[in-house]
Amino acid sequence: MSEPILQLDGVVTDIGRYHILKGVTLDVPRGQVTMLLGRNGVGKTTTLRTIMGLWRAKAGRILLEGQDMAPVPVSSRAALGIGFVPEDMGIFSDLTVEENMILATRSGPLDPARRDWLFAAFPPLRTFWRSEAGNLSGGQKQMLSIARAMAEERRLYLIDEPTKGLAPAIVSTMVGALRELKAQGASILMVEQNLSVARALGDRAAVMDDGAVVWAGAMAELSADPALQERLMGLSVEAH
Amino acid sequence: MSAAPDHSPTFSRLSLTDRLSLAAPYLLVPVLVVIGFLAIGAPSSWLTLTVSGLAMGMMIFIMASGLTLVFGLMDVINFGHGAFISLGAFMGVSVLFWLSAWTDAPSLVLNVAAVLLAILAAMVFTGVIGWAFERVIVRPVYGSHLKQILVTVGGLIVLEQAIHVIWGAEEIYLNRPEALRGSITFGASALERYRILAVVVGLAIFVAMRLVLRRTKIGLIVRAGVQNGEMVEALGYRLKLVFIGVFIAGSALAGLGGVMWALYEQVITAGMGENMMILIFIVVIIGGLGSIEGAFIGALLVGLLQNYVAFLEPKVALISNIGLMTAILLWRPQGMMPVVKAK
Ligand SMILES: Nc1ncnc2c1ncn2[C@@H]1O[C@H](COP(=O)(O)OP(=O)(O)OP(=O)(O)O)[C@@H](O)[C@H]1O
Ligand SMILES: [Mg+2]
Repeated sequence: MSEPILQLDGVVTDIGRYHILKGVTLDVPRGQVTMLLGRNGVGKTTTLRTIMGLWRAKAGRILLEGQDMAPVPVSSRAALGIGFVPEDMGIFSDLTVEENMILATRSGPLDPARRDWLFAAFPPLRTFWRSEAGNLSGGQKQMLSIARAMAEERRLYLIDEPTKGLAPAIVSTMVGALRELKAQGASILMVEQNLSVARALGDRAAVMDDGAVVWAGAMAELSADPALQERLMGLSVEAH
Repeated sequence: MSAAPDHSPTFSRLSLTDRLSLAAPYLLVPVLVVIGFLAIGAPSSWLTLTVSGLAMGMMIFIMASGLTLVFGLMDVINFGHGAFISLGAFMGVSVLFWLSAWTDAPSLVLNVAAVLLAILAAMVFTGVIGWAFERVIVRPVYGSHLKQILVTVGGLIVLEQAIHVIWGAEEIYLNRPEALRGSITFGASALERYRILAVVVGLAIFVAMRLVLRRTKIGLIVRAGVQNGEMVEALGYRLKLVFIGVFIAGSALAGLGGVMWALYEQVITAGMGENMMILIFIVVIIGGLGSIEGAFIGALLVGLLQNYVAFLEPKVALISNIGLMTAILLWRPQGMMPVVKAK
């Protein structure tokens, strides 16, 4: 198997005086979807933010295609090709949908073919292209946040709970779009609480507990084993 | 920018109250002008006061615009901003004295050339000082308002003392160049030429800033950064660099405002910028921190109110703007046009 696109080795992150990540070790294989799972508050979001550089790792190593990220500032990590969908979506409310997308493309204007693809995946973006993003509904904001990450080809996507609080119909829109992204061979690390979504998209799974990855393996293995789910996350796919 | 979508969007109609509440800040300026008309009675005095109020407002806007963006982008409170106004004024006036052959000549071209050179010198000078100020004074105190206040007030004092050392402790009087003197009569009122020019320059700068902020990518980055700096970084832009650029531009604009204010008052002192800071802070606060449009409207309101009240009730003039600020903050605690901040 080829070298993983992203490797975390014993990553420790403190927020203020709290020890949040206590040694996260994780491989994200190239061209696959890795699901980061776990109960509330175990450090999934903190892991993604640390990879992005928004929290500084106190110890351990983060390697993007072998390159140590420690000295690399946030903006340069983005420039290296990490697309980030934060948990709070990070929409610029006073800017239009179009302006949000303009900021998401660093290498010149948004490619028309890609724009049409995003419009097809997320029709509301076309409808509200020229309106202020702050007026979008929660689901539409989530679409914009994901579309922004997909505005250019990225080496790695970090996506934090894209289906949180969304109605089932919109969840399936999200899953559809992410499936297309996956079909293009994208490498994705995605936090997801909804196990049926995780099962629909995930190739690999990593389960966190108390600031560390406690189980990693094939998504299929996890979804086939209710007892394992129960032990790792206190719930099962079936119960969901 | 990319093409419009090829099917027509369906927007829900905004209700009348929604529209009014969006437009309300813009309406305040004409409302104040009408109230001024009713209160003053004499149309000719009213027109003169309105023009000078607008002129004053435009100059305050130019001085305040950089400050509001600096606050919005990095949450930095900079009391030292007043020093850039004074430094700009002294630099500009020095250039005007140096070019006195041009300013005294009865030639429009030479007069204007002298003023433009003075402005250019002042803006380059305050831009460079602003760059150094950011590096030496502001950068070490990111994130702590208390330290920012203490340290930037310290910087203000140092720069004012530097003016005393270089230009002397006395105030300096100046005359406007020939072409900027005198007034034009409009009906029964005399309108000073220089004030009309200040209004035109202020408007031009406002329009230019809006164009940059709305139509260029760097402008989008600045506006996005005011709302959510972390996300701007996560999209690959170096917010610190953007901030430094805005700080330098804001300092240069303060310098421009200083030159314009010097030509308006025809006297300069090291403390002139510091004296303006009260009005400038009022404008930034009532406009909504980080909002250029808010600062623009706030500055016009402050300028107009100051002039109307000084005419009607001179004793109340000083506190009228505090009253304006109180009223606006009771109405909108975040200022008239607050920027939607993340979290
Ligand atoms: N800014 C912060 N300051 C202090 N503590 C924080 C901060 N952000 C997160 N934490 C703490 O860090 C721990 C991990 O949070 P994190 O958001 O990474 O969890 P999560 O796994 O993403 O949870 P959820 O499933 O609820 O999103 C939590 O205990 C949280 O309270
Ligand atoms: Mg989370």
